[in-house]
Amino acid sequence: MMKEELETANRPDNTAFTQQRLPAWQPMLSAGIVIPGFVLIGLAFIGIGVALFIASQNITVLEKDYTGVETTSDCYKCSNPSDKNCTCKLDFSLSILFEGPVFFYYGLSNYFQSQRSYGASKDEYQLSGDLEYFKTPISACSPYQYDANQKPIVPCGSLANSMFNDTFKLYQIVNGTKKLVPFDGKGIAWWTDYNIKYRNPSVTPLKSAFNGTVKPSFWSKPAYELDTSDPSNNGFVNQDFLVWMRRAALPDFRKLYRRITEGDYASGLPAGNYSLEIAYNYPVLSFGGRKKVVFSNVSWMGGKNQFLGIAYLVVGSLCVVMSMVMLIVYAKFKFPEDD
Amino acid sequence: MLRRRLNRLFGRDERRVDSRTIYVGHRPCPATEALTPPKFCDNRIVSSKYTVWNFLPKNLFEQFRRIANFYFLIIFLVQVIVDTPTSPVTSGLPLFFVITVTAIKQGYEDWLRHKADNEVNKYLVTVLEDGRRACKESEKIKVGDVVEVVEDETFPCDLILLQSSREDETCFVTTASLDGESNHKTHYTVPDTERNLESLSATIECEQPQPDLYKFVGRMHIYRNNQEPAVRSLGPENLLLKGATLKNTQKIYGVAVYSGMETKMALNYQGKSQKRSAVEKSINAFLLVYLCILVSKALVCTTLKYVWQSRPGQDEPWYNQKTQKEKDTNLYLKMFTDFLSFMVLFNFIIPVSMYVTVEMQKFLGSFFISWDKDFFDPEIQEGALVNTSDLNEELGQVEYVFTDKTGTLTQNNMEFIECCIDGFQYKYADSGTELDGFCVTDGPVNILQQKAGREKEELFLRALCLCHTVQVKEATGQEDGVADGVEDQVDGVMGLDGETVRPADLRGFIASSPDEVALVKGAMKYGFKFLGMESKNMRVMNRNNDVETYELLHVLNFDPVRRRMSVIVRTKSGDTMLFCKGADSSIFPRVRQEEVDRIRMHVERNATEGYRTLCVAYKLLSSEEYDQADTGLREAKLALQDREEKLMAVYNQVETGMSLIGATAVEDRLQEEAAETMEALQGAGMKVWVLTGDKMETAKSTCYACRLFQRSTELLELTVRTLVDLGRKREERLHELLLDYHKRAVQDAPPIKAGVTRSWSSANQDYGFIIDGATLSLVLNSSPDSNSSCYKSLFLQICQNCTTVLCCRMAPLQKAQIVKMVKNSKGSPITLSIGDGANDVSMILEAHVGIGIKGREGRQAVRNSDYAIPKLKHLKKLLLGHGHLYYVRIAHLVQYFFYKNLCFILPQFLYQFFCGYSQQPLYDAAYLTMYNICFTSMPILANSLLEQHICMEVLMDNAALYRDVAKNAMLRWGPFLYWTLLGVYQGLLFFFGVRFLFSNPALQDNGQVFGNWSYGTIVFTVLVFTVTLKLAMDTRHWTWINHFVIWGSLAFYMFFSFFWGGIIWPFLRQQRLYFVFANMLSSVSAWLIIILLILLSLLPEILLLVLRKPRGPHSRQKKPVVQSGEGKTQSPRSSARPLLMRTFSDESNTIL
Repeated sequence: MMKEELETANRPDNTAFTQQRLPAWQPMLSAGIVIPGFVLIGLAFIGIGVALFIASQNITVLEKDYTGVETTSDCYKCSNPSDKNCTCKLDFSLSILFEGPVFFYYGLSNYFQSQRSYGASKDEYQLSGDLEYFKTPISACSPYQYDANQKPIVPCGSLANSMFNDTFKLYQIVNGTKKLVPFDGKGIAWWTDYNIKYRNPSVTPLKSAFNGTVKPSFWSKPAYELDTSDPSNNGFVNQDFLVWMRRAALPDFRKLYRRITEGDYASGLPAGNYSLEIAYNYPVLSFGGRKKVVFSNVSWMGGKNQFLGIAYLVVGSLCVVMSMVMLIVYAKFKFPEDD
Repeated sequence: MLRRRLNRLFGRDERRVDSRTIYVGHRPCPATEALTPPKFCDNRIVSSKYTVWNFLPKNLFEQFRRIANFYFLIIFLVQVIVDTPTSPVTSGLPLFFVITVTAIKQGYEDWLRHKADNEVNKYLVTVLEDGRRACKESEKIKVGDVVEVVEDETFPCDLILLQSSREDETCFVTTASLDGESNHKTHYTVPDTERNLESLSATIECEQPQPDLYKFVGRMHIYRNNQEPAVRSLGPENLLLKGATLKNTQKIYGVAVYSGMETKMALNYQGKSQKRSAVEKSINAFLLVYLCILVSKALVCTTLKYVWQSRPGQDEPWYNQKTQKEKDTNLYLKMFTDFLSFMVLFNFIIPVSMYVTVEMQKFLGSFFISWDKDFFDPEIQEGALVNTSDLNEELGQVEYVFTDKTGTLTQNNMEFIECCIDGFQYKYADSGTELDGFCVTDGPVNILQQKAGREKEELFLRALCLCHTVQVKEATGQEDGVADGVEDQVDGVMGLDGETVRPADLRGFIASSPDEVALVKGAMKYGFKFLGMESKNMRVMNRNNDVETYELLHVLNFDPVRRRMSVIVRTKSGDTMLFCKGADSSIFPRVRQEEVDRIRMHVERNATEGYRTLCVAYKLLSSEEYDQADTGLREAKLALQDREEKLMAVYNQVETGMSLIGATAVEDRLQEEAAETMEALQGAGMKVWVLTGDKMETAKSTCYACRLFQRSTELLELTVRTLVDLGRKREERLHELLLDYHKRAVQDAPPIKAGVTRSWSSANQDYGFIIDGATLSLVLNSSPDSNSSCYKSLFLQICQNCTTVLCCRMAPLQKAQIVKMVKNSKGSPITLSIGDGANDVSMILEAHVGIGIKGREGRQAVRNSDYAIPKLKHLKKLLLGHGHLYYVRIAHLVQYFFYKNLCFILPQFLYQFFCGYSQQPLYDAAYLTMYNICFTSMPILANSLLEQHICMEVLMDNAALYRDVAKNAMLRWGPFLYWTLLGVYQGLLFFFGVRFLFSNPALQDNGQVFGNWSYGTIVFTVLVFTVTLKLAMDTRHWTWINHFVIWGSLAFYMFFSFFWGGIIWPFLRQQRLYFVFANMLSSVSAWLIIILLILLSLLPEILLLVLRKPRGPHSRQKKPVVQSGEGKTQSPRSSARPLLMRTFSDESNTIL
C-alpha cells in the first residue's frame, strides 16, 4: 500500500502532453498536393488578374499639370509666389463621354506629407473640440503654436497651416458659353473622420469658440468660415480640411477634391470642351514640387492601377509554369513521395 | 552576502588566524587568561538575497547587469531624452513587462527562501545554560552553546558531539538533505568527555569554516582540576552538520562550533559556475551581425538625410518650418540625435522578446525531460532530474561522451564470485558441482582435492569479516531478527529477470562501498558471519557458531590514492593484528614476493573476466610495533595542519611487510542495455571515452562487453606495461609509441569526409586506444624541455581518430583534466560526462554537459550534474531523442526570431526613403509594441516546445540522424544567411508591393484615398500573416495546441486591429489608426494585394520544400500515435519536485 502510493507520487504523469505524444497531424507537402494546388492557385490568380486588368483598363483618367513651369502654360503667370489672387485656366476637351461618377483629384509631387515632424505638428485634442487646447495648443505645433502676439493659433501646427488652398471651377463650354459643372464636396473625406474623429467645440455660434485665437498664418479665412455655403461644413469638420489632414503615405500623392455627381453630369462628363478655372494660391516651386488635377472614374477595385492586375497575371502564370516544371521533374524521377 | 562581507570587515583579525577557539558552554578555562569572547556570527541562515527594503534597487541592479537588458534600457532612455519617432512606451512596455515578470519570479523565489529561512531560524531548540535547559530560537544559538537534539530532529548548527544517549557513545545521522545519501552514518563522541556536561570545562580549537562536507580538523582541550589539559583530536566523525538528521539515537548533546552562514551547509549553498551552451554563443554572434545591420541602417539613413537636405528647397520647405530651437541646435548634435533616433526606430530588429522566448522555451522545455515516464525507474521510484534548463539543446550536440565505468556502465551491484586463498581457488556454487579447469567447487565450503590449510582459510575469512567499515543495521521491528534477514538476502541480490533489485535487499548491512558488503556476504557464505560492533568490539560468528570478539583499535581508512584500507584489531588472546585489503597494485609491493607469484595468476585471470579483484593481506604486530603505530596515528590525528599527509605517512609506514593471504573476485554486472546504448551513441557519431579508476584488464573486458571494443577493433595500448621495454627511458619509448600509433591511426587512415558523415559501419579500421593514469600524466606533464605540447597534440590526434578511448587507473582530477583537454582541443567539441560517484564530480563539472546517474554511490554526482537520470540506458533517449529535438527546436526558434524581425523592420527602413529620412515610423506604435509580444510570439513558442520534425521513435531507432544536427548544423552561417536572405526578400516584397499599389492611393470604390497609416497597416497585415504562415509551413507536427496558437494568433491580430481602430481611446492623444483597419478591409484592392504578397513571399519556400531531395525513408514511417486512457488515473503531481529544486538551486534560471 505504502509502496503504491509512493510510486504514484513520483511517477511522471502518463498523459499525452507530458509524454510529447499529443495526437498530431503531420502534413507533408508532396508533389501530389502541390502540383494540383499550384495549378488551381495559378488559374485563380490568372482569373483575378484578368478581371483586375480589364477593370483597370476601363477606368478613364485625365491628368493635367498646372504648376505653370512651362511658359506656354496659362498658369505660368501665376507661378511667381509674390503674385496673390492669381487665377489661371486650363482648357481641355473630351472626345467621348467621360463616364461618371467622375472624381476630381488634385495631386502634388515631391511634397513630403509623410515627414515625421510635419505629421506630428498638430493638436489632436484641439481638433476633437477641446476648448482647453484652443488656449494652449500642444508644443508639437511649434512654430505654428502661437503667433507673433502670443495668441494661440487654431487649428495649430504645420499640417493644418499648409492646407491646400487652390480652388477650382469647371466649366463646360457649350456653344461658346461657360456652363458651370456642379461639384459635390460631400463624402470626399472618410465618414469616420467627418462624423466622429474630428469635432468642433459644442459652442454656438461656432465663431465664439474661436475668440482669442488666430487663424493659421497661411490661411485666408478662419476655420469657422471655410465653407460659407454650408454651415455644417465648417471648423474642423470641413471635408477639404479632413482630406488634407489625412496624410499621404508617399511624396507623390493625390487627394480627392470633389465629385461630379449632380445634374446633367451625374452620368459623366459629356464630350465637349471644358475650361478649368484655377485660383492659384498654393506655392510648390520653392521646393521643386508639381501640382496637377486628375479626373478619374473608379471601379470596384478603386482608381486606375495597372500594377495589381499585371502582378496577379504574372504570379498566376508563374504558378502554372512552376507546376508544369514540377510535373516534368517528377515524371522523370517518378513520384518518390507516393507510396 | 552583505552580512558576510561585513563580518569579514569587522572580524578581520579573527579571520587571519587559521583556527578558532571555542569555549564550551562559554565557561572560561583555567589555562587562558581573561575570557575574551570571540565574535562569531549568529546562527541565522540567510539564503534569501533581498529584504523588503533593498529588493527594488538590488533586483533592478542585478537585472540591468545583463547586457541585453542594459541595451534595452539605453534604447528606452534615448527615447525619453531625445525627440524620437516612437514613444518611449513602445520599448519601455516590453522592457517593463520583462523586468516585472523577472522581478516577480525572483521575488517569489526569494519569498520562498525567506520562508524556509524563517522556518529554520525560528525553530525552537533546547540549549543548556548554566545547568538549566532553556528553549531558544535556533537563530539565537551562539558558538559555544551546548545544544540538545532529540531523535529525528535536524541539527541547528554544526555541532561537536559531546554526549550521546547510546551506550557506545555513538550516534547515527543521515545526511539526506545535505548530499542525498540516505544511509545512516555513525558519528562518535569525543572520547573521555565527562558525563556531566555542566562541569565540563574545555576549549575546542578548530579550523576556520570551510565548505568541504567531509573534512574537519580540530582538537579539544579538556581541563580538569589542576591537571594538564587532556587533548583529544576531532575529525569529521565528531562533527554533526547542520541540516543532517539524528537517527536511531534518543538524544545527544553537542557544542556549537560553526553557526549560521558559517556552517558547512550554508557554505555549500553557493551556486555552481554557470555553463553556457553553444547555441547561446551562436545567438550572440548573430546578435552582433544584427547590431551591425542596425547601426549601418541608422548610419545610411543619417547620411542620406543630410545629403538630401543639402539639395535646395528640401531642408526646410515652407510647409514644414523648423522651430527656433531646431534652428539653433548645433549641426553635429543634430546629426547625432538623428542617428540615435534612427537607432530607436530600427531597434526592434533586436527584440527583447527573443530573450524571453528563449528562456521560456528552455524553462518549459526542460519539463518534458522530468515528465518523461521512460526515464522513470521503478527501482528507485524516481525519474529524471533537471538541474539546469540552460543546456537542453546541448544534449543534441554532444561529440564526446566521457563515461565512468563503475556504477555507470556497470551496475555497481556487487556479487561475490570467488576467492583465492593461498593460491587455491574457491568458487561458491549454490547447487551441484561446477567444473573448473582448476578445481571443483562443492557446497558452502568447498572441499577440494587441493585446498589451502584450514588455518589459512579461516584467517582469510576472518580478514574478510574484520577488514571493513560495514555496519549492521538494527532490526526495525518489522523484520524479525537480523540474522534471518541477512540469511535471506544472500540469494536475492541479483534479480536476473531484470526485475526489482531493491535496496531493501541489502538490508542488514550498510556500507559506503558496495564492495565491502559483497565481501562480508561472501565470507558469510563460507560460514563466517559478521554480527556487528559492540562498543569497540567486532563480533564475528565462526563456522562452529561460536562468537569471536575482536577489539577494534584503529581503522586506516580507504582513500583513492592508497587504494587500500586496513584495520588493526586485538584478538581475545591479546595478539594485535593488522588486516589490509586493497588493489593488487597497492598490495603486491607490500608483501613477500613468493606469495605474490602464487596469487597473481588468479588475480589477472579474474580481472580479464571483468571481475573486480581485491587482495587481502595481514600482519601480526608486535607490541612495540603496535605502540609505535598507535602513537603515530594519535599524533597524526591530533595535528591541525596537514593531518592528511601525516596520516598517510603513518599508514604507509604501518602497512608494510605484510603477508598475502588471498584475493577476492567480485562481479559488477553491466547496466541494463549498456551495450545497446553505447552502440547507439557511437552510431550517432559520438566518441565514447571510458574513464575509470579500475584496472586495465577489468575495464577492457567491460569495454568488450559493452561493445565499445569490437573484435575487429585494433587496440593501441599506451600503458606502463608497454612503456617498460628493454630498459630504455620511458620518455623515449613513449615518444616512439606515440609516433607509431599516430602513423597508424591518423596518417594511414583514409581521410575522414567532412568529419561528420563518416559511415561507421564501413570497412574502415576501428581503433581503440588504451592509456593509464601514470602514462597520461607523463603525456600531459612531461618535463618542459621535451616537447610536451607535441606529445599532447599527438595524443589528441590519435584519440580523435579512435572510436573508443579507454583511460584506466584515473584519479578523479585526471578525469577532469582529460575532459578539459578534449574540450579545449581544435574545434572545441561539445563534451558530456556521465557518472554516478563522487569521483566523477570533477569531470561532470568540467564537461559542457554533466549527467549524474542516480546510482548507489550517494548523490554527489547527481547534485553536481546538469541532468540526472536513473540508469545509463536513459542516456540514449536523452541524447538521441530529447537532445536532438531540443536542438532543432531552439535553433529554429533563434533563426525564426531573427528572420521575423528583419522582415518586420526592413519596410520601416525602406520607408525612410519616402518620408524624407524623417524617422517616420511605418507602423503604428501599438503594432510596433505588440508584434513581438502578442502577434507572433505564441506560435513560435508553441512550435519550439512541441515540434517533432521527426518523431521520437524514429530518432531513437536511427542513431545516424543525430549526425544531421551535429556541429551546430542549424545555426551555422549558411542557414543564418538563408534565413536572412528570406527576411530581406520578404521585407522588400512587402514594402514595394504596397508601394506600387499606392502609386494610386484611391483604393476604395468611393474614390477616397488612403493615407500613410493605411499603408503601414497593409504592410503589417501582410507581415503578420506571412511570418505566421511561414511558421505553419515549418511545422511538421501539428497538435491541437499548434492549431490553436497559430490560427488563434491570426484571429487575435484581426480582432485586435478592429478593436484598436474601432474605438476612440480616451487615454490616447493620437487616434491614428481610427477605422484604418476597417477601411482597409473594405477595399478589394487591399485584400488582393495582401493575398498576392503573402503567396509570393511564401512561394520560394514552398518550391524549396517540394523540390528538396526527399528525405530518407525514416522520416516518413511514423508510428500511429495512440496514447491515452491508462495514464489518466494517475495523480497529476510529478512536476512539483524539480520545480522546487530549481527555485532553491541557483539564479541561473531567471527569466531573461
